[in-house]
Amino acid sequence: MDPITEFMVDHRIPVGPWGMAFFDLITDQFNSFLRLFSRSLNNFLAGLVDLFLLLPPVALALMIAGLAWYLQRSLRLAIGVALGLFFIINQSMWAQTVQTLVLVVTAATASMAIGIPLGIAAAHRPRLYRVMLPVLDLMQTLPTFVYLIPVLTLFGLGNAPGLIVTIIFVLPTPVRLTYLGISSVPTSIIEAGQAFGATRRQLLWKYELPSALPTIMVGLTQSIMLSLSMVVFAALIGAGGLGTEINRALGSRRIDLGIEAGLAIVVLAIVLDRMVHVKTRGGK
Amino acid sequence: MTTAVEFRNVDIMFGARQDQALAMLDSGASRDQILQETGNVLGCAGASLSVQEGEISVLMGLSGSGKSTLLRAVNRLNIVSRGEVLVRDGDRQVDITSCDEVTLRRIRQHRVAMVFQQFGLLPWRTVEQNVGIPLELAGVPEEQRRRRVAEQLRLVNLDQWAGKYANELSGGMQQRVGLARAFVTEAPILLMDEPFSALDPLIRTKLQDELLILQEKLRKTILFVSHDLEEALKIGNHITIMESGRIVQTGTPEEIVLKPANAYVRDFVANVNPMSVLTAWNVMRDVRDLAAAGEGWVWLDRRRTTRLKLASGAAGLEVERDGKPVALVPYAAPQSGHDGGGPVFTIPVTMPLKAAMEAMQHSAAGPIAVLDGGRVVGAIGVRDVLGAILGREASGVRVSPSTPN
Repeated sequence: MDPITEFMVDHRIPVGPWGMAFFDLITDQFNSFLRLFSRSLNNFLAGLVDLFLLLPPVALALMIAGLAWYLQRSLRLAIGVALGLFFIINQSMWAQTVQTLVLVVTAATASMAIGIPLGIAAAHRPRLYRVMLPVLDLMQTLPTFVYLIPVLTLFGLGNAPGLIVTIIFVLPTPVRLTYLGISSVPTSIIEAGQAFGATRRQLLWKYELPSALPTIMVGLTQSIMLSLSMVVFAALIGAGGLGTEINRALGSRRIDLGIEAGLAIVVLAIVLDRMVHVKTRGGK
Repeated sequence: MTTAVEFRNVDIMFGARQDQALAMLDSGASRDQILQETGNVLGCAGASLSVQEGEISVLMGLSGSGKSTLLRAVNRLNIVSRGEVLVRDGDRQVDITSCDEVTLRRIRQHRVAMVFQQFGLLPWRTVEQNVGIPLELAGVPEEQRRRRVAEQLRLVNLDQWAGKYANELSGGMQQRVGLARAFVTEAPILLMDEPFSALDPLIRTKLQDELLILQEKLRKTILFVSHDLEEALKIGNHITIMESGRIVQTGTPEEIVLKPANAYVRDFVANVNPMSVLTAWNVMRDVRDLAAAGEGWVWLDRRRTTRLKLASGAAGLEVERDGKPVALVPYAAPQSGHDGGGPVFTIPVTMPLKAAMEAMQHSAAGPIAVLDGGRVVGAIGVRDVLGAILGREASGVRVSPSTPN
């Protein structure tokens, strides 16, 4: 080894140990709180899943189809949704699908609930956005497996850590798209509001948010799709659902099981995407 | 007359290095120098202007002359660096540049409304909802809002379109929505930032006419920005010409056309047809300057063919042509031609020059008597008309005194 490399290797910066020390510290200090949090979250998710599984599968599938009709006013879509879900029941993947669905909807809802306010704040304060940008990049580019480990040590196994991992992975998208939507509201629209005496709150609710709505809704569809793509990874730390089936198929090389669970995910993705798809009114 | 809006030595400077840039401005630096040294853009400098209640005051200039910049200072869409912008608020004046947020919002909601060049409508709202938004912002109850919106939509002939979305309408219609949205606030002051510039010429003319008709009824104070002199002359009671951030001349339309303050204004008005600006009053010879033609009589024309007896009191006027009495009748356009034996026409002082010329044509180029409230105030002959059209400044064309600013 050449002397320069040797010198550099000998004086290694201990980023890994530092990070480990940091997480150890958090685990030591907040262990009981973290466990409590994780347990209540697990119970909440399990309760939700049990609630939905109380219903006969076909009844629940029809209810979802009804919701699709309510959201999009399209009979064709409602029939398509019902058929897709019947297929999942037919493949006896229903319980797993419901579990995945609960996880995905919760993760997407939480991401939107956190991401939209952050995106708005970033659009209004350019300085804040500059600070947020590297964090968002980190969240999106850090390989999922890397943060599976600390999340696992902090929250243990189960649905709760799966949900948290999913939120970390999804969150940047609604933040970015909300930021994009709000910061590209035409000046003419903002000025029209100011000229007639809108308060900042009115400006946000009556001008900026409606104008940014199409972009924010893209954020919602993207959040759902990204959440869905995380379920397979989340299964590695104990999140149930279709991901578990796929992992099992992988472990035992069962192509048939893989195809069944994979198709169920695809059907679920298409159903969700079509249901929340927003028809934009005329555009800007 | 009360002043509705008054600008006092307004400087508007865009950019971060305000103090340095303003100091440069004070030491006489040009716009380009300020831009190069500090990166700041001079919006307008030393602008003083007052706008009277109920008038249409037009800010004119090429793009980049600072006309919109100045207009937008009235509702603080642009921040004034130095100077005052006083806006009438009931029986007091508010300095927009220094008032607090609450006052500013009240002024924006109730005193000063705005119409934009690009309309500024919200595409996700219907026409009705767009017109109602200022009332929504001001917290007007829904029922009252609905009533006032319907009233405004009728005023601009859009009641059939209330439920349509703003972007389903043509440009002209969209701007009528913009007008209705400004009128619905019942604000006495209206800022119009090139409202008709984005429209095609036919629609533009039509909307100008509609605005003038509405103005007859509503008597708003309108501050209107335009780069089109024809438009300014047509609708303005006063016109202010701006050049690279400074006001170069303020005056009535005919003052601007007849007595341009400098070469810039002269270039501007070079292609204006004087017939669309001048009235009988501008070109007539004053009755006191007419040659006497005997006791109580004056010659209406220079060739001394037609004379008129100035009535003392309310007695009827007498006219003689070539020694024979002829009738004196008010001119009403258009009539069949008369030969030399026809009557002598009278026209009111406010009649446009074009109509006065028609009257002249119909009386075989004979002189026309100009009346103001039944009293003869002057006469117009062929030479007066030719002088006014050909050599504007050289001729004795009269210009009404400008209101002091």
